[in-house]
Amino acid sequence: MRFREGPLGDLKVPLTWTAAVALIVAAVIGVAFLLADRRETLQEQAYGVTRQTVDTVARPVSGAIAAPGRWTGLGLDYVRSYFFTAHENRRLKVELAEMRQWRDRALALQDQNDRFKSLLGLRTDPPIPMASARVVSDSRGPFANTRLADAGSERGIVVGNPVLNERGLVGRVVGVSRGVSRVLLLTDIASRTPVMIDRTNARAILTGDGGPNPKLDYLRGVDPIQQGDRVVTSGDGGVVPRGLPVGAAVKGLDGRWRVVLFADQASIDYVRILLFKDFAQLADEKQLQARSLPPVTTEDPQTSILSNPVSRPVAPTPSPATATPSAAPAARPATTATPPQTGAPR
Amino acid sequence: MSMSGARPLNPARWLGVPMLMCIGATMAFAAPIRIWGLQLPEPVFAMVPAFAWAMIRPSIMAPFALLVLGLFLDIFWGGPTGLWGLSLLVAYAMVLILRNAMTGQSRPMMWAWFAGVTAIAMIASFLITMLDSLAMPSLLAVFWQFLVTALLFPFAHRLVDRFEDADVRFR
Repeated sequence: MRFREGPLGDLKVPLTWTAAVALIVAAVIGVAFLLADRRETLQEQAYGVTRQTVDTVARPVSGAIAAPGRWTGLGLDYVRSYFFTAHENRRLKVELAEMRQWRDRALALQDQNDRFKSLLGLRTDPPIPMASARVVSDSRGPFANTRLADAGSERGIVVGNPVLNERGLVGRVVGVSRGVSRVLLLTDIASRTPVMIDRTNARAILTGDGGPNPKLDYLRGVDPIQQGDRVVTSGDGGVVPRGLPVGAAVKGLDGRWRVVLFADQASIDYVRILLFKDFAQLADEKQLQARSLPPVTTEDPQTSILSNPVSRPVAPTPSPATATPSAAPAARPATTATPPQTGAPR
Repeated sequence: MSMSGARPLNPARWLGVPMLMCIGATMAFAAPIRIWGLQLPEPVFAMVPAFAWAMIRPSIMAPFALLVLGLFLDIFWGGPTGLWGLSLLVAYAMVLILRNAMTGQSRPMMWAWFAGVTAIAMIASFLITMLDSLAMPSLLAVFWQFLVTALLFPFAHRLVDRFEDADVRFR
């Protein structure tokens, strides 16, 4: 039986109303998607299969779209280097002379640092392996700032790994699938990174807002920051390793301290993903939780003294008269040995 | 009413093709290219069909097509899922409500309407982001995206012109 011949055949619904109903249904679905989203948690589970699939599909497509632009850029660089070789040579010679001075100073400091570490018996951080990747797409609107890098789980990349370019920190990995990683930039509104001011060690949280210069929130201390201060990662919380260069502090038009990112001064085509593991991940959690406390003896003193005096291990108790002189000479050498020990490092 | 003048639009032509073009343009503008140190702008190409589809005719499929387009933007750009789907639907609803007032106006006036609807979509995105992330996005960045999106009106005008008279019931 055809629909027109049925009992609803004469039913006519205005298209405007059905369109309005469709609009409301679509809006309800949209709200449901928004409520179900857990992007701001930046957890591995929050990055669903749909996002992973889209990233996997987008990688070759975006890579192909970006290729002509990349080739044009390389060509322009080649032409520019051809015409400006002499100028570039002069500039590099000056820079090399400066760098030689810095190299000598760095070697001296390195030597001194190694000696201090060995004297103090410091346990230094293990070296961090890294994976290089090429950026194939870049979203930079006010509501989302992410990049897609063409290296994924097959290279050992996991959610949370910090990402750098040759100048400084770019962001961190928030989603991984095979062959592709999603990098949340420092400028994204969901990005929070613990940082410190290199000069004063003052801590702050670098908070993205979709603009090019993220804010410094929760800045602590009296006069902790000045214009141009170098900002590095603090390593607090184990999110990123300590000391990665982030940017320079500037006072924003709104009167807040912001950071001009070092990473923005360089090209954005290649990045390094640090396969960094926090101390909490490196440590053997089972071993840390295994406690070997001494056994607690809760015996009844009356029972132990009166009924079973033999089984109780009794140490010979010296009388107060004999105990004091014997303890005093034992303590004396320790107190006399203290001043040379404290004075030794000087 | 006689149905002789009614020539139902082919959804693949007036919904499918603009959708694919929006997706292609969005992916093209997401290329990590810098010209003289400046990045490419990031307009919301999906505002073009959100405006034009409501102007052409009321439709049952268009809101869902917009929702799909918005979800693609959220996932491709890495934003919260549902952000652009809802914002585009708000813009679509505004145009649908004001459709009778907009129809037949001059091109500069229509451009102003397009800019206004784009502003409403951006404000919706701004508020949703504030609620979702509990932080305020940069107003300058929002304004910059609004500006480059408002420049897309010629594409919306072309789409409206192409299909406006295709179905005489909605002239």
